Amino acid sequence: MPEVLVRARGLTKRFGGFTAVDGIDFELFQGEAFGFLGPNGAGKSSTMRMISCVSPPTGGELTILGRDPRRDGPGIRARLGVVPQEDTLDVELTVRENLLVYGRYFGLPRAVIRERTAALLDFVQLSDRADDMVEPLSGGMKRRLTIARSLINDPDILVLDEPTTGLDPQARHVVWDRLFRLKQRGVTLILTTHYMDEAEQLCDRLVVMDHARIAAEGTPRELLARYTTPEVLELRFPPEIHEQAGQKIASLDAQRTELLADRILMYVPDGDAALAGVLDRGLEPMTTLIRRSTLEDVFLRLTGRSLED
Amino acid sequence: MGLRFTWRALRAWLVVYRRIWRSSVYSSILGPVLYLGAMGYGLGSLVDSHGTVGLGGVPYLAFVAPAILAVQGMQTAMSEATFPVYGAVKWNRIYLVAQASPLRPADIFRGHLLFMAIRLAMNSAVFLAIAAAFGSLRSPWAIAALPAAVITGLAFAAPVAAWSITVRKDYYFNYAFRFGMTPLMLFSGTFFPLSRLPGWVQPLAYVTPLWHGVALCRELTLGRISPGSVVIHLGYLLVLAAVGVAVGERTYTRRLYV
Repeated sequence: MPEVLVRARGLTKRFGGFTAVDGIDFELFQGEAFGFLGPNGAGKSSTMRMISCVSPPTGGELTILGRDPRRDGPGIRARLGVVPQEDTLDVELTVRENLLVYGRYFGLPRAVIRERTAALLDFVQLSDRADDMVEPLSGGMKRRLTIARSLINDPDILVLDEPTTGLDPQARHVVWDRLFRLKQRGVTLILTTHYMDEAEQLCDRLVVMDHARIAAEGTPRELLARYTTPEVLELRFPPEIHEQAGQKIASLDAQRTELLADRILMYVPDGDAALAGVLDRGLEPMTTLIRRSTLEDVFLRLTGRSLED
Repeated sequence: MGLRFTWRALRAWLVVYRRIWRSSVYSSILGPVLYLGAMGYGLGSLVDSHGTVGLGGVPYLAFVAPAILAVQGMQTAMSEATFPVYGAVKWNRIYLVAQASPLRPADIFRGHLLFMAIRLAMNSAVFLAIAAAFGSLRSPWAIAALPAAVITGLAFAAPVAAWSITVRKDYYFNYAFRFGMTPLMLFSGTFFPLSRLPGWVQPLAYVTPLWHGVALCRELTLGRISPGSVVIHLGYLLVLAAVGVAVGERTYTRRLYV
């Protein structure tokens, strides 16, 4: 059984009358990549801030690396790497200076910082920009630099809040690739995301968060098996017959049907067979798409809403 | 842990400062030269020709130089303890970055305050060197005006930083400059003795930190030291700075650890 690095029981965060995190339970094991999937405002960032020990829990239990964050914040933070949601690089300093300043916060000797800076910049493919100012770097480069910075203290856990939000698809893939390599090296990752593809690619295990609570927990595969069907048939009809088509399709043999504003989703074991059934009824969709179920479908099933609303 | 962490927080500010130190030194030289030139020589020649009994028998330049030193301490403190504190949360986010490390909000506060003390010492040293070149220092005790000016500055910097961290809109700082700093600069016995003001105004000046800073620096640069009043001025300024530190540790924690 791998070691438990973070354990939360009934973890709660309130701001005045507003409950941001409402009694959640989870465990983070050594060496895994654990994700919080949910829309904006679900309580993911508040949870991350509590795990990062920069926000005191209002209620419940939280143990990080076997310690109590209320009492031993500095000791825990010394062992964490944090990649915040918004870039907090000092744009008036060089790439190297950003790592220097950060390394010093952890009390690392200059020689150690220099050595690790070289290795980390190499890892995030920024060696050639080491002495450039941060300001002109692209969003993807800045995010990679933030990841390098978070690794300067050789952390036991890397905490990432929305690591690729705001990046273009190509930059996002580069970041994913680097995070995947960290995972291969055995670094424990805990991350939040509202991208289901990010969660599927990176997370060994995840929780779906909605309205300050955990709606489901498991590996991506388990969640897909539990909450959705292997395939999804997506149908688009002209707007004027959208509703009517929806009613007809609801009577067909699908495990579940979702009538969205612009599409109808049929959750079925076999998409081709389902499509044949639709066409048999004389329905003529404008477009059809048969695809595998994703975590987006799990989320829709659990909350009745889509992730990126 | 406290001192070590304070030191770590300070070093970040020194790295940032390394980028801008040149321009800051130029302006720290230019300010005193302009002030001492205009006030000391320009206005001073007019004042001195009417007799200096009201100034305690010293030339106007010697009277006004220690006051400008104290005023400069206040100004340095106000500029370092307002926008940079606000910006460390909102703009360059230095505080937020430091927070991900072992440093606690109180360490972050004390480290920044220590950096302000260094800026105060630099500006005050430059000022004293220029004031000496102008011949406006009349006692070897003037060397002690350096720590006096730093302490005067800290009596502003600590409570002001403690307040700045709570400010949600940066235009409040302009109110502090206009309605706080400017009247203090004009009515703290700086450019003319307090005795020239109506009697009822004088007690108001006694409760302001700048008046104590001016009086302390003036005693030292003129070499007219009375131990009793040095203790009072110094005590007042140190208590104010200490209260600022105690309050700041709380306001920083309340703002950053939420």
